[in-house]
Amino acid sequence: MQFDVIITIALKEGMLDPEARAIRNALEHLGIPTLSLSTARRFRLGLEAPTREEAEARARECCVRLLANPVIPRYESEVA
Amino acid sequence: MRFAVIRFGGSNCDLDTVHALEEVIGVPTDLVWYRDGLQREYDAVVLPGGFSYGDYLRAGAIAARTPIMADVIRHAEAGGLVLGICNGAQIGAESGLVPGVFTRNEVPRFVCRPAHLRVETAESPFTLLFKRGEVIRLPVAHGEGRYVAPPETIAHLNRERRVAFRYCGADGQVTADANPNGSADGIAGVLSEKRNVLVMMPHPERASELVLGSEDGRRIFESMIAHCCRSGKD
Repeated sequence: MQFDVIITIALKEGMLDPEARAIRNALEHLGIPTLSLSTARRFRLGLEAPTREEAEARARECCVRLLANPVIPRYESEVA
Repeated sequence: MRFAVIRFGGSNCDLDTVHALEEVIGVPTDLVWYRDGLQREYDAVVLPGGFSYGDYLRAGAIAARTPIMADVIRHAEAGGLVLGICNGAQIGAESGLVPGVFTRNEVPRFVCRPAHLRVETAESPFTLLFKRGEVIRLPVAHGEGRYVAPPETIAHLNRERRVAFRYCGADGQVTADANPNGSADGIAGVLSEKRNVLVMMPHPERASELVLGSEDGRRIFESMIAHCCRSGKD
């Protein structure tokens, strides 16, 4: 079966996010103040797997082995 | 004695490093294309600076998963020396040779300037020709050089004296002002548990000739050579 997987990689809560800080400042310069802002990256994968569980496991493996460094990001994967 | 410098797609300090090793210091050095793997034994492997794979995903993340890194890890496990410089440090951290990770500078800009470093330990193959507490000057040039690790890991590294260098002022004081990227505890270079791997953001190969303004970096390479000679390899 083919599965569509969406993986989101974000920084752990409380981790310094210099990119988000720069973007917030730029929004403020545009006259749009924000209370908070964080960044994340989204990956969309097509996977072939015998079951949904297997697809979920493979998505987790993608996160653990490459997409998310265990020190900083947290990740979520969602099999569509 | 023979050193290897690995060239990944996007390495750009590989030739500078070969020049410093082979022409300035005089140690035979092979420039190894990453796809060729490590074809023979080396005394030391250097992962040079650059922007391997365009820093896609995270700096060093893609290069760290290339097959040649399995050879480099085997070389390190057998006690061989590995020096990761700048992007090479990011690759070394991403491949698990040392704990932690180098990520975006605190102030989101590329820093390119000379930096003072305090040598925190002379007990390593990379720093044995230095004195502990000595202040040296090497250039830094990076956008993702902020060292991050869990607090317990940092404490562990400090306890085991595995921080090789810290950013400091000319007087040797470690201050926030002297820290170019917001690294935890001013950490500029980290040793592995067995002390045979050093990853560092500053560039010793760019400070190996007086014409470049400093020879301090050369002593890191010379320390490695002295270590290899003491280990009975010549």
